[in-house]
Amino acid sequence: MDHLFEFLLRQGDNALVLGHRTSEWCGVAPALEEDIALANTALDLIGQTQLWLGYAAEVEGKGRSANDLAYLRDVYDFRNALMLEVPNNDFGRTLMRQFLFDAFQVPWLTALSASSDERVAGIAAKSLKEATYHLERSSETVIALGDGTDESNRRMQDALDYLWPYAGELFGQDATDQAMQDAGVAPVPASMRSVWDTQIEQTLSAACLSRPDTSFAHSGGCNGSRHTEHLGHMLAVMQTLQRSYPGAVW
Amino acid sequence: MYAQMVKSEATKDDPEQLAAFQARVDADEKIEPKDWMPEGYRKTLIRQIGQHAHSEIVGQLPEGNWITRAPTLERKANLLAKVQDEAGHGLYLYCAAETLGVSRDELTEMLLNGQMKYSSIFNYPTLTWADMGAVGWLVDGAAIMNQVPLQRTSYGPYARAMVRVCKEESFHQRQGFHVMMAMANGTADQKRMAQDALNRFWFPALMMFGPSDKDSVHSSQSMAWKIKMNTNDELRQKFVDETVPQAEYLGLTIPDEKLTWNEDTKEYDFTEPNWDEFFDVISGNGPCNVDRINMRQKAWDDGAWVREAMIEHAEKKAARKLAAE
Amino acid sequence: MSNEWPLWEIFIRGQHGMSHRHVGSLHAADAEHAMKNARDVYTRRNEGVSIWVVEAEKITASSPSAKGPMYDPSRGKVYRHPTFYDIPDDVGKM
Repeated sequence: MDHLFEFLLRQGDNALVLGHRTSEWCGVAPALEEDIALANTALDLIGQTQLWLGYAAEVEGKGRSANDLAYLRDVYDFRNALMLEVPNNDFGRTLMRQFLFDAFQVPWLTALSASSDERVAGIAAKSLKEATYHLERSSETVIALGDGTDESNRRMQDALDYLWPYAGELFGQDATDQAMQDAGVAPVPASMRSVWDTQIEQTLSAACLSRPDTSFAHSGGCNGSRHTEHLGHMLAVMQTLQRSYPGAVW
Repeated sequence: MYAQMVKSEATKDDPEQLAAFQARVDADEKIEPKDWMPEGYRKTLIRQIGQHAHSEIVGQLPEGNWITRAPTLERKANLLAKVQDEAGHGLYLYCAAETLGVSRDELTEMLLNGQMKYSSIFNYPTLTWADMGAVGWLVDGAAIMNQVPLQRTSYGPYARAMVRVCKEESFHQRQGFHVMMAMANGTADQKRMAQDALNRFWFPALMMFGPSDKDSVHSSQSMAWKIKMNTNDELRQKFVDETVPQAEYLGLTIPDEKLTWNEDTKEYDFTEPNWDEFFDVISGNGPCNVDRINMRQKAWDDGAWVREAMIEHAEKKAARKLAAE
Repeated sequence: MSNEWPLWEIFIRGQHGMSHRHVGSLHAADAEHAMKNARDVYTRRNEGVSIWVVEAEKITASSPSAKGPMYDPSRGKVYRHPTFYDIPDDVGKM
């Protein structure tokens, strides 16, 4: 297995899958201002996808493009975290997920900006600016909605309870992670945990939300061994044209 | 157009004030929110700007329908940025309407309960990816024709909103045409999709300019007030004359057998759209009217808790800050 | 009860060294929210390097009916403008 390729797919698929989910909000958000903000987030993530998957395709060296990787792989070849593929549900869950992810991405991309691989460092540095803004926005929204009304507090707690068992998967430590650490490309994701915990603690406390007291973590997304049922439906929609009209240029 | 069939409100104001107001409009002075204005002008503008704003946000839906199915990452980003712009345009226009003393929430309620309309074009379905091309090319093309002159409209906030809209909108039509080019140069399936999209959107696009001038009873007052800048037929003709060569470039056929170049007038003669269909769509019987409003209603209802919580939190935060001082 | 977010006026500095300019309005729950919304709504095309947000109702505007007394008196004061003063060309650039 090419660990660098695997590593790049993880980065690219996270951005692709979350970007896709976020784009589902276009036109139906709670207010025009939020609609526009969500589209900005989605556009950032689609841009990151192009960079990560573009580099992945080069590293693979089989003549595939970023689009080939996005549109012509099936579920078991995707390497995104499970948390990012579950449905949006309400605005609360969407923003809670964004926050849990952003709180990981900021320290993660900060670390990757110092990667021994210049391409990785470059993509990370560009993405970090975007992620930093995403985190500002998502954490403030989580606080506002957690603190707002009884209903909004209940919805945010529900969202957190639902997502929590998926969040642990972000902090992996498998053979690919180890290989990336050995090569100086990236630290193991598990080493982000304490920074993440601090951020989560602060925000949840300001949001009047309680951290679920389970440490159980689903897995199977980042290594592709067992995705949720939701990813297949997402891909059925996302890939429909490329699958229905093979070889067509759009 | 995005604001079709806007009825001018009669006005019962002091003749002297009216004359002074008209003189300002005639001198191309901009009317600003706090200036005196005839009640009819205010009401007509609220209706027109409101309808224009509603068209932008209902217009997000037929194109939003394809964001998750866009065939490449590039197309997905282009389309998303475009539909996002429409939300922005709706936002600018609602803000312009708000300067006339109506809130965005009130306008939204009037859209949802059917008191206010939006452009007929958005009640047609988008069935294939080629529709993203046809909508950008034809619908945005028609919209730009109407919006460019509106940058000179007499009401300051509306004119300024239109300047911003036009500046942003310039990429929309090109984006659509770009999609259309790829399809027209593509496989047999893609060409068929492109022609089918043109077939379905041609006449609805012509309807966007509203009924023929001879049947349009509301124009003269609005034109005197400079909140309508051109007649429906003028704009429709201009649109046909510009679009026909573009269709030829694509190798697509405009679905109008009577379409011919008229050497005397130096314009195209063309078949009028079916106005019975237009009035059906306007009165609620278009293919998508019910679904569009249901979707807007659902988004509005689903978002209520968020809007409420955000304001509650802001109030709590302000109170805590005060208590800490 | 209305939960409508208040209206904010947005001012953006387009380039370093320029003044902030009014670009439009938006709704937001409070100032911090308005700032973020302004960034997302009004700087999508790289239009700004600095943002001011002001709650619309906090702005005091001059009244149109007072236009005459407000602005006309300054019209007569032509001596405030450089072209009022005739200086012979021989003096050189001034």
